[in-house]
Amino acid sequence: MLPNQSNFNLLIGLLNAFVVVVILAMIQLLLGDSLAAWFAPAPEPVVAVYRPGAGGGTRAPDPAERVENGLHVATGLVYAEGFEIVRGTCTACHSAQLITQNRATRDGWEQMIRWMQKTQNLGQLGANEPIILDYLAAHYAPEAIGRRANLDVEAIEWYLLELE
Amino acid sequence: MARGKSEKNGKRPGRNKIESIRPEGRRAFLQKTGLAALGFAAGAAYLDDGGWPAQPVGPLPGKHPGLIVLNDKPINAETPPELLADSLTPNDRFFVRNNGVVPANLDATNWTLTVGGEAVRREKSYTLTELKTKFPVVTYHLTLECGGNGRKEFNPPATGNQWATGAVGCAAWTGVRLRDVLQDVGITDRAVYVAYYGKDTHLSGDPAKVVISRGVPVAKALEEESLIAWSMNGKDLPVLNGYPLRLVIGGYPASVSGKWLDRLVVRDRIHDGEKMLGQSYRVPCSPVPPGAKVADEDMCIIEEMPVKSLITFPKTGAMLRKSQTLPLGGHAWAASSGVARVEYSIDFGATWQACTLAPAANRYAWQDFSARISFPSAGYFEVWARATDGAGVAQPMLVPGWNPRGYLNNACHRIAVKVIA
Repeated sequence: MLPNQSNFNLLIGLLNAFVVVVILAMIQLLLGDSLAAWFAPAPEPVVAVYRPGAGGGTRAPDPAERVENGLHVATGLVYAEGFEIVRGTCTACHSAQLITQNRATRDGWEQMIRWMQKTQNLGQLGANEPIILDYLAAHYAPEAIGRRANLDVEAIEWYLLELE
Repeated sequence: MARGKSEKNGKRPGRNKIESIRPEGRRAFLQKTGLAALGFAAGAAYLDDGGWPAQPVGPLPGKHPGLIVLNDKPINAETPPELLADSLTPNDRFFVRNNGVVPANLDATNWTLTVGGEAVRREKSYTLTELKTKFPVVTYHLTLECGGNGRKEFNPPATGNQWATGAVGCAAWTGVRLRDVLQDVGITDRAVYVAYYGKDTHLSGDPAKVVISRGVPVAKALEEESLIAWSMNGKDLPVLNGYPLRLVIGGYPASVSGKWLDRLVVRDRIHDGEKMLGQSYRVPCSPVPPGAKVADEDMCIIEEMPVKSLITFPKTGAMLRKSQTLPLGGHAWAASSGVARVEYSIDFGATWQACTLAPAANRYAWQDFSARISFPSAGYFEVWARATDGAGVAQPMLVPGWNPRGYLNNACHRIAVKVIA
């Protein structure tokens, strides 16, 4: 009964192979996407990267990520060394406008950081702190305006007053 | 100016303790709740997909597009002078000042106000309907001005939102008197201060942190014009101005007029809530030179706001012919002493001419002033306005006493005018 025996083994072999294929197909159906994702390249974070002399965030789809006249459009911050760290740290809690409308010395900016650490849940800034302070002191320094500044005559929009 | 000095290290009033968010979860928590709440308040235009605060691209919800947004997180916006010409500031033109995140899902139907603290006989709660039916409903015209209005002019610069002239408005507020509610609750003779809590949330996303909780001395709270209000110029309060319930207390910095009001505490000491201590809403107890560092214990709470005025017509930059006279218009306000007179000068204070001053609707309401100005020649002029209060104290032409946080700049307002041949 040798031929029959070998036919039987062949049949069992085919059956086993079929079961394995079915199981693999089911694994693919259930987990295919997540397994494939393991091997796919990680998506790049959409963050404007500071490059001297270049526009920011060239890979970013958002037009607000561009830089105009040295200012990062989305935040209004000066686009210079330290920009990324300042944006990432400060705008986690508050608007960048709280930076751009203020002026202070390095010491004054440091006092604001200490106040935020003491009262507003800001943590330790570590090695980023001097980078942030250098950036703020360089680009948001006070100007001498005396006891009272002139009206900003350059900014006035002159118009003919219509009176009846 | 009457100022009181606050006690230090007082106990925090009773409030449900909520477990603090762990630091590593803070950012994620912020994106889920804080930014969602901001999105509700400010509209999706204020946020991009990545959760970064974007530059404003449209008007604040319920607000005039001409408002100047100083800060979109927290939302702060001021009104340019020419949009403040009305005797009563329309709701969409009233300035917006926030320390935290505007609360989401405000539900007036189930809103309650609880009154507690060390100096009440027993804690008591009211629904909005109970407030509206149980007490006399009154309307007053009350001016609200941010303590930091005018901060932009201090030198060296003071930290915070750089308000120019527009953190002020006067509306007809309808509600019940704070004193009627306090009387119904029953306050004891230990009462020193009345303070508020509201439903706004902290920028850091930490639900255990109170955004702002300020107050006034009991005598101020018991004045007839101190209101718990639900209506502004006959309409519901705008969300950005405290819907559905807020305090409105004239004559003091607007930060005592708590928004999204859900709790009052009658304290047996000077209130020690958030933004009462340290340097917030305080000025040096005795004058300091510009740029001085002042220790917390040498800073005193701001009480009454100083006399001030604003030219609302014409807008700066007007050109007119020498044959024409210029109609000048604006408002003047002061705290309890009221405004005695308003004058204008077109020669930088060398001479002053009287303006016509309309009577106040009630105490703490701003007063309209007007004048007709003839110019002696063609050329560049500045029109300066100066108000004097009932105690004889006038606005300074220079920026007044420097203080670390840049409060109480009541320097004269001025506009530029050109007279052409």
